[in-house]
Amino acid sequence: MPSAPGSAAARAWNRFTPAERLARFAVYLAVVAAVVVSAATVEFIPEFVYDAPEQMRDLLVRMWPVDFAHYPRGVHAALVETLHIASLGTLLAVALAVPVGLLAARNVTPVPALNYLAKLVLVSSRSVNSLVWALLFIAVFGPGALAGTLAIAFRSIGFVGKLFAEACEEAHPGTIEALAAVGAPWASILTHGYWPQVKPAFWAIVLLRWDINVRESAVLGLVGAGGIGVALNTAINLFQWNRVAVVLLAIFAVVIAAEILVTQLRKRLI
Amino acid sequence: MLPPNFEHWDAILKGLKESLEIAVLASFFGILIALPVGLLAARNLMPAWVSWSARALIAAARAFHPVIVAILFVKAIGFGAIAGIMALVVASVGFIGKLFAEAVEEISLKQLEGVRATGASFAGVIAFGVLPQVLPRFIGFSTYQFDSNVRNSTMVGVVGAGGIGAPLFVAFQRFEYDVVCAIILAIIAVVFLAEVISARVQRIFGA
Repeated sequence: MPSAPGSAAARAWNRFTPAERLARFAVYLAVVAAVVVSAATVEFIPEFVYDAPEQMRDLLVRMWPVDFAHYPRGVHAALVETLHIASLGTLLAVALAVPVGLLAARNVTPVPALNYLAKLVLVSSRSVNSLVWALLFIAVFGPGALAGTLAIAFRSIGFVGKLFAEACEEAHPGTIEALAAVGAPWASILTHGYWPQVKPAFWAIVLLRWDINVRESAVLGLVGAGGIGVALNTAINLFQWNRVAVVLLAIFAVVIAAEILVTQLRKRLI
Repeated sequence: MLPPNFEHWDAILKGLKESLEIAVLASFFGILIALPVGLLAARNLMPAWVSWSARALIAAARAFHPVIVAILFVKAIGFGAIAGIMALVVASVGFIGKLFAEAVEEISLKQLEGVRATGASFAGVIAFGVLPQVLPRFIGFSTYQFDSNVRNSTMVGVVGAGGIGAPLFVAFQRFEYDVVCAIILAIIAVVFLAEVISARVQRIFGA
């Protein structure tokens, strides 16, 4: 319909449709309502907060001097165990996640039923916190590093598998079609078609998950699943805060070292 | 473990409610603090000493698992939801701050020059040059962190920082595995719901 000159200037230009604006407004409203309701009903004991600075000072005073002499006796072995839990857990997770990820990728496995089954496995692995996985495996295998390793592995399957499947789905179909056209068996299509394309993403995912697992394996000991968390829990329960300090410093050092290592490896590999 | 025992459903609901309150408040304050911290940590906007001190703060906030941070806050503030909220605020600042700073460092500087050429103040450059470029990603990180806070808020109770984690751990120590199973199922339902909600919000904001 031809419009009279000048009407374009009078027309109101809106960035969003009314439905979009309504949806955004609903989100804002929901956020405000959630925050107000939570703030009004959350259990708040003012006396605890008033003496927080004093308690914090008390905590730091008790942590000083840091009991470094305890490190070779009670911390070092636990720290190494934590690293073993994280690394073995990541390895096991990768071994289990790659087949599940391949089943979940729609272009690798063009069977919708298998895709959904694999996605269900990945979602249920991610929905359960690693501490809960640890509790379950402690119930089965008893307390110790085995429960921790399996907890880390089962929690990581969902993460690694999901990202690996997404990387596979983003692979360019050109090389894969060419391989299929010359009659390559499916194993060759995987190793020569998909693998070169998903290799950088694969290493990035594995390194990222290992970094996360180093942090997570440090807390598994709080529920008895081995590693440095056991040393931390013991020291806290005995109120030996100068030992808590040395454990926390050890965790801090390992986490920073892991992050530097991952950054360097990523530069080399990707 | 099977069948799950929902006999104590009122205790489970109470714990879940407290967990959600922890997650909502921690996300709110965490996002509020992470926005300025992330901007300060961006090396293309700030002088080196500012960005390095902000980066050190972010690195310190990210170094420890939220459950370990929760232990320290339980000692400082006492048992209860406030310690859990503080622990998850620290985690949120670390995570959103890091990703947001990286997003700000990737922005196009042409728009900043354009805004500066109009004689805008520094605040104007931030508000009209920087934020419009990164806000969708910031909302994306924030909703992801809310999702992550819901997961972690169900766990800080293990060390006494409020929420469903405490009844879970108690039931576990009493070998009441049918109750443990019921609580885990309830947690999975809430986590799944949070994931659906954050995906929906991300779609609305195009993040």
